[in-house]
Amino acid sequence: MLNINNLHAQVDDKDILKGINLNIAPGEVHVVMGPNGSGKSTLANLLAGRDGYTVSQGEVIYKGKDLLTIPTEERAWAGIFLAFQYPVEIPGVSNLQLLKAALNAKRRNNNLKELDAFEFLEMVRSKIDSVGMSEELLQRAVNVGFSGGEKKRNEILQMTILEPDLVILDETDSGLDIDALRIVGRSIEAMRDSQRAFLIVTHYQRMLDSIKPDYIHVLSDGYIVKTGGSELALELEERGYSWLGKGEAA
Amino acid sequence: MELALWEIIMKKTTLIEELGVADYPQGFVTDIAADTIPPGLDENIIRTISSKKNEPDFLLSWRLAAFRHWQTLQEPSWSSVRYPAIDYQSLVYYSAPKSNKKGPASLDEVDPELLRAYEKLGVPLEEQKLLSGVAVDAVFDSVSVATTMRDQLAQHGVIFCPFSEAVAKYPELVEKYLGSVVPYRDNYFAALNASVFSDGSFCYVPKGVHCPMELSTYFRINAANTGQFERTLIIAEAGSSVSYLEGCSAPRRDENQLHAAVVELVAMEDAQIKYSTVQNWYPGDSQGKGGIYNFVTKRGECRGARSKISWTQVETGSAITWKYPSVILRGDNSTGSFHSVAVTRNFQQADTGTKMIHLGRNTSSTILSKGISAGHGHNAYRGLVRVAGKADGARNHTQCDSLLIGSQCRAHTYPYIEVKNPTAQVEHEATTSKISEDQLFYCRQRGLDPEDAISMIVNGFCQDVFQELPMEFAVEAHKLLSLSLEGSVG
Repeated sequence: MLNINNLHAQVDDKDILKGINLNIAPGEVHVVMGPNGSGKSTLANLLAGRDGYTVSQGEVIYKGKDLLTIPTEERAWAGIFLAFQYPVEIPGVSNLQLLKAALNAKRRNNNLKELDAFEFLEMVRSKIDSVGMSEELLQRAVNVGFSGGEKKRNEILQMTILEPDLVILDETDSGLDIDALRIVGRSIEAMRDSQRAFLIVTHYQRMLDSIKPDYIHVLSDGYIVKTGGSELALELEERGYSWLGKGEAA
Repeated sequence: MELALWEIIMKKTTLIEELGVADYPQGFVTDIAADTIPPGLDENIIRTISSKKNEPDFLLSWRLAAFRHWQTLQEPSWSSVRYPAIDYQSLVYYSAPKSNKKGPASLDEVDPELLRAYEKLGVPLEEQKLLSGVAVDAVFDSVSVATTMRDQLAQHGVIFCPFSEAVAKYPELVEKYLGSVVPYRDNYFAALNASVFSDGSFCYVPKGVHCPMELSTYFRINAANTGQFERTLIIAEAGSSVSYLEGCSAPRRDENQLHAAVVELVAMEDAQIKYSTVQNWYPGDSQGKGGIYNFVTKRGECRGARSKISWTQVETGSAITWKYPSVILRGDNSTGSFHSVAVTRNFQQADTGTKMIHLGRNTSSTILSKGISAGHGHNAYRGLVRVAGKADGARNHTQCDSLLIGSQCRAHTYPYIEVKNPTAQVEHEATTSKISEDQLFYCRQRGLDPEDAISMIVNGFCQDVFQELPMEFAVEAHKLLSLSLEGSVG
């Protein structure tokens, strides 16, 4: 589904990613861990199509296409979803309004019939309980006045409604209490199936209490320095990152 | 994002230019024979206009007094708008569709070409096609061509008719209220309007009557080189209420056209007037060529205790907007409000805001202004809050928010506050922001294309004002805003 080959990327002429190789097949859950500043969020944002990154080498192939030449919204239509580390506030636009516009844009561009207000509301209602959000939050302006936990759960709600093929979670676990974390983990587990893949960027091992990944990659200074199974998380928990060393040497 | 967004803007602008009128579908011209007087302005012209309308002497005298006063005035230069000098002698001050010479008695007599023009504008005049809740007065160039739903209104004692008909049928009402809120001495454009105004809408709501439907006027400028000078007068007697909507558009022309209207509202004890405008005069092309110069004086007076006047405006059109819908809060416990969305793009300029004049005790006013600038647009909020010495307990809250799109546009806020009473509470908040890269990326990541994303963010920014509009109008305003931003923002 996703093939990242020798990806080099810069921000403001500073090298951030220095040759990433990563292959994700449908149904797989990949976790990217690593210390601050290792390039995790850059990877997540670059895949989702944020401006401001220069790719100097390498390529990213998504569903057989050169992902880096596809506009941001078309990546969304093609099934890429990024749960934001810092979900953005949009005053005056209700959560419901954004969700409906997003879903229908995706459906329209995939030659599916758009949902009318009733169908849409019914669909949202059927999913809102599972993420532990109150219906009242649907009418409020997008993320405005939401607590940190509400913002993150809102991202998860969007994920469950948009039903993406490739879910990228950028530190969705940070700032969550134990209960919220459990809800997020459960939602992700519920979404797992043989067609959908996950790329979970996280700083902490605790996210992995509720999600069992297929692979864990350790990103350090722009390189993937180690890849392993879910047992790697425990080792990292115990020993930290420093034993892995930096850069190509590893 | 500056650059990325800018690229989208430029790309889209070119596209619009290729498509021609896509961004201003109201820009068509109706080919209709007109009764037009020669250009120029002197006492003879004013007498001609007055005699064409068979006006009573008091009105002609008033016009002439206004004209003599106007001749002593200089065009004001205090606002932030800039434009080449207007040659008042080259304008035509009266143009009426020929078929309308005597004014139609019923819709069957209205020239079908005119009906088609309004139909095309989305304002069908045939009553069976109308939303049952709205009565429309259609003003075409200098005259009113049709007023709908009059019988239904008459059953409730509500008078809603063209201004010139009010002059003929209810001269005592006109004489009593005309100029009582906006005297001809008020300002340069008010004096000009008083001299040459040709028609407009008149509305009288008797004591205790709640007007059973929305009233609306649709103003259309059609003829070339013609100024439109209409005058609207709304009187709400004690305990009555009325909601009034105003819409406008004009053909796409390379020359600038002048529109100098006056609106006067009078609210007696416990009366309520809600006045909503969606102003969509032709804004000029992407190079700043053409467009309407909109110099308008709108003012309401809360004459009676506990009366209420609210102005809501969505200003997307005109090359120049110079407009300050105001409320004089004379009655004790009266309330005034002003809710505004003003959009400028390409080379549009807007200097708009309000005046809240607190004279009575415990009067309160609210001002909420949202300015959006894109392209080379220039948007200024100018507002005065004055609390007179006797206005004990007066309160005002003002909030002005500006949104900038792109790097060539400008936004300014000029609040004037004059307080002569120590018990007054006056608050002013102002913000200026840009659509952030984060917001845009967030929406696009969810699947909205840049145009829909910006339209959604901007509509959200205006939400507090839109919710003041009557329902059908709010929907229109959303659409209009999106359409108006299309091409200028991406």
